[in-house]
Amino acid sequence: MIAESTHLGTTEADKAQVKRIWKAFWILLVLTIAELGLGLTIYKIDLGANPNESLVLMLKGVICILTLAKAFYIISIFMHLGDEIRTMVMTIALPALLFVWFIIAFIADGSSFRHLRNTDAGIRHYKEQPEQFHHPAAEPAESSDKKLD
Amino acid sequence: METAIAKAKTKIWAGGRSPFNVSYGKLMMWYFLMSDSFTFGAFLISYGSIRFSLNHWVDHNYVFNEFPFTEANLPLAFVSLMTFILIMSSVTMVLAVHEGHKMNKKGVEKWLALTIVGGLAFLSCQAWEWTHLITGHHEVLVDGVIKYWGTTVSHNPWGPEVMYKGHMVATPGPVAFGGYFFGITGFHGFHVFSGVVINSIMLIKTKKGDFAKRGHYEMIEKAGLYWHFVDLVWVFVFLCFYLI
Repeated sequence: MIAESTHLGTTEADKAQVKRIWKAFWILLVLTIAELGLGLTIYKIDLGANPNESLVLMLKGVICILTLAKAFYIISIFMHLGDEIRTMVMTIALPALLFVWFIIAFIADGSSFRHLRNTDAGIRHYKEQPEQFHHPAAEPAESSDKKLD
Repeated sequence: METAIAKAKTKIWAGGRSPFNVSYGKLMMWYFLMSDSFTFGAFLISYGSIRFSLNHWVDHNYVFNEFPFTEANLPLAFVSLMTFILIMSSVTMVLAVHEGHKMNKKGVEKWLALTIVGGLAFLSCQAWEWTHLITGHHEVLVDGVIKYWGTTVSHNPWGPEVMYKGHMVATPGPVAFGGYFFGITGFHGFHVFSGVVINSIMLIKTKKGDFAKRGHYEMIEKAGLYWHFVDLVWVFVFLCFYLI
């Protein structure tokens, strides 16, 4: 009952906190809209006859950085991690650094696979192939897909 | 003097108080979320690795270009709506936590209910998107025969285009796309669903006055951490599948 009598008053600190939450929301919204703008720019560039690939790659890099900024605001303001004491923040942040290695190692692996796929460097002999991918075995010609025509 | 300091130091770890000045439940929620982030991270990085290993992936601007009730070509539009819904529900959640700090039962109820509505709206959007992808009919040239495929874990009609009888037609794309897309967005959707269930339980407990009796609304904070994490993961799913 004592608690109930104190909760109704809205203090300055409360107002500041609510303001901070809405500010974080607007920042997230603006960052998301910026990401969408860049995403649509990439779409427009890809529609052109000769898309500038390094420009597209750069825009994608910018989008990644904006995403990291969004993650920072969600974690530090919405999840209040910024308000916790430093040692606790470190027990979360330091293990998360493993992601740096994780991403670099596996993306490099993927690129290496592509290199092997496209050259003679792998153990399989490289054959120029039409662009075909593994897909379910071809069904007989009188397949049920016909009725969709 | 030195022994006194040593004594004080051992006392911190002797139990009964938190060295991090945070309750056990909240700390463990943080560690759970950290482990969960590694699960999602492993999924997304594996997706990235496979994508980098292939010469052709799908063009997301063509796969995700539809919006309910219209035939127009609107790349990114529907997923923007989903992102907006989830960010909005994150704001209502943090406001519920804030009202909890002030011991304002009515405020907690209001914002928590809005958060649940946001979560359900997001799940509905996802249900529409999945249905649309799975039941779609896209022209695709398979071994010299034209077929009509949806996007599933075994069929991908978004491969490179070839010339066939005077017009461009797609060939089958890498099947990995469907597996990763439905696997990762499904795992995220399952998190949203469990978040909605947890928030509903919190709403019922708030209405029953359990937290007012207990004297604090810390359970709302823990549910809030989980909910924000769901939003956080979506930021990265959005990045990996729809933006780059």
